[in-house]
Amino acid sequence: MSTREKVGWGIGGLIIIIYCLFPVAWIISLSFKSSDDISNGQFLPTVFSGANYEQILVGDAAGLFLPALVNSFGICLIATFISCLLSMFAAYAIARLDFPGKKLILSTALAVAIFPVISIVTPLFNLWRQIGLYNTWPGLIIPYLSLTLPISIWTLSAFFREIPWEMEQAAQVDGATPWQAFRKVIVPLAAPGVFTTAIIAFFLAWNDFVYGISLTSTEAARPVPAALGLFSGASQFESPNGPIAAAAVIVTIPVVLLVLLFQRRIVAGLTNGAVKG
Amino acid sequence: MSATLDRPTSAIDPTRGARLNEKVRAERRLGWYLAGPAFAVMLLVTAYPIIQAVYDSLFDYRLTDPENSSFVGLGNYGVILTDPVWWTSFGVTVFITVVTVAVELVLGFALALVMLNALRGLRPVLRTVILIPYAVITVVSAFAWQFAFSVESGFVNSWFSWIPGVTAETDWFGTQGASLFVICLAEIWKTTPFISLLLLAGLAQVPDVLQEAAKVDGATWWQRLRRVTLPNMKAAIMVAVLFRTLDAFRVFDSVFVMTAGANGTETVSFLAYRQTIERVEIGLGSAVSVLLFLSVVLISALFIKGFKVDLSQARGE
Repeated sequence: MSTREKVGWGIGGLIIIIYCLFPVAWIISLSFKSSDDISNGQFLPTVFSGANYEQILVGDAAGLFLPALVNSFGICLIATFISCLLSMFAAYAIARLDFPGKKLILSTALAVAIFPVISIVTPLFNLWRQIGLYNTWPGLIIPYLSLTLPISIWTLSAFFREIPWEMEQAAQVDGATPWQAFRKVIVPLAAPGVFTTAIIAFFLAWNDFVYGISLTSTEAARPVPAALGLFSGASQFESPNGPIAAAAVIVTIPVVLLVLLFQRRIVAGLTNGAVKG
Repeated sequence: MSATLDRPTSAIDPTRGARLNEKVRAERRLGWYLAGPAFAVMLLVTAYPIIQAVYDSLFDYRLTDPENSSFVGLGNYGVILTDPVWWTSFGVTVFITVVTVAVELVLGFALALVMLNALRGLRPVLRTVILIPYAVITVVSAFAWQFAFSVESGFVNSWFSWIPGVTAETDWFGTQGASLFVICLAEIWKTTPFISLLLLAGLAQVPDVLQEAAKVDGATWWQRLRRVTLPNMKAAIMVAVLFRTLDAFRVFDSVFVMTAGANGTETVSFLAYRQTIERVEIGLGSAVSVLLFLSVVLISALFIKGFKVDLSQARGE
């Protein structure tokens, strides 16, 4: 590669970095603007102010934001856990066992993944009201499985296919008990896949807005995205934009941290199995 | 599929055959024991609701007035399909889908090329930052773009005031065209990285030998791209396009946050939401949901049959 080409691709890379970070930088900048500064028409605040964070963490908006944060974490973690557990068994069966219906299961997962969420919401809204699941944690955890389960099955099956299962037998030949072979050989090989799957499933659940806004009505179960969407400011004279920006930054931090820590695995998980390889 | 037929020994030795059969059967049973729960849950959370939605859509049923629920057959569909509101939202949805997927494909390909060719030291950095838009939740991305363009808190108007027609007072969310422009921008920003990662995986599979051979034969960069690179990653491209098309077709979050469907920006998903949740017209809302579902099925069928997208092959089956 000539120097000129290198510089060209380097500039391209720089553009990508700006492209990806610019809107994030903007929302962070906005979150530090005081209410007088919001409409200054500039990218950066004139003075950095923590007032927005104060408002959503300890001020008037805390009652709306903090329970939503707890709901989001709780509901998403439980949904992720359940779908990882179910898909671990399913993916093991798909990767290792020979049984009719494998294709059916994978096709079903695919169909569920492309299913328009709003088509599920309509009947659930009605049903949940009748059986008392409306505005509860289980009322969101169950439909969240439709988001997290298909991708978990796909990703995990792709990971499990790559595992050299014969090593389990090899370990047993070398004198390990079946349990030891499983724990010392298979678990360490499978753990990265399960972990990656959990992260991707968590992203999907964390990102949900349609279920959150349709199937909840109070802070008893409302997750953060829905709370953000409905947040309208402390009073009608005050712009809600600053506090919303601060809340947006807070909900973005966990996912960005996950991305920074596990970047390589997430890329593998997203593309693994998506393209023949 | 049928493991018994694959084992000719079973026909020769009946006792061994019975044992093998038992083993095969046990394996099948175990397979379904393990995979069954996941399969059942998937059906429960999607098949059941859509069947219920089809049923509900046949009734004139309003949640606040359950006494007067009456069977109307396909009446709700008639009401919807003759109403311009449906056709506007359908048109808006198709517009957003086509524009975002087209732009994302080109942009995503460019990003993938850069990631493939960037210096070794830069590559891990790029692979990390590219995941950030993917990981930022859609509602946050929608807010970021809305606030950037808003008259009240934005910087776009002051930054781009040199463009004719843009002044400090330009209301981007006051007209259909400008609102859709910002909605598409937000969607494109958020989802291009996903496409580019899929395309990058596809690019990595184009054999280097082919590239080298074409180079030796004197093919220009453009010729190599068109004749070697693209045909060899067709499967990856089609899978990326199919997934993004279906995803774009259910666009909801950005519209909700940015315009709440005002100024002719309502999408099909939003229409279904408004009918069901806001107006509690369960019958009509269900019918919209069913129509949306049918559209998605139709698009998938079109891709899989029309463009011969082999998902099982693409998914490493």
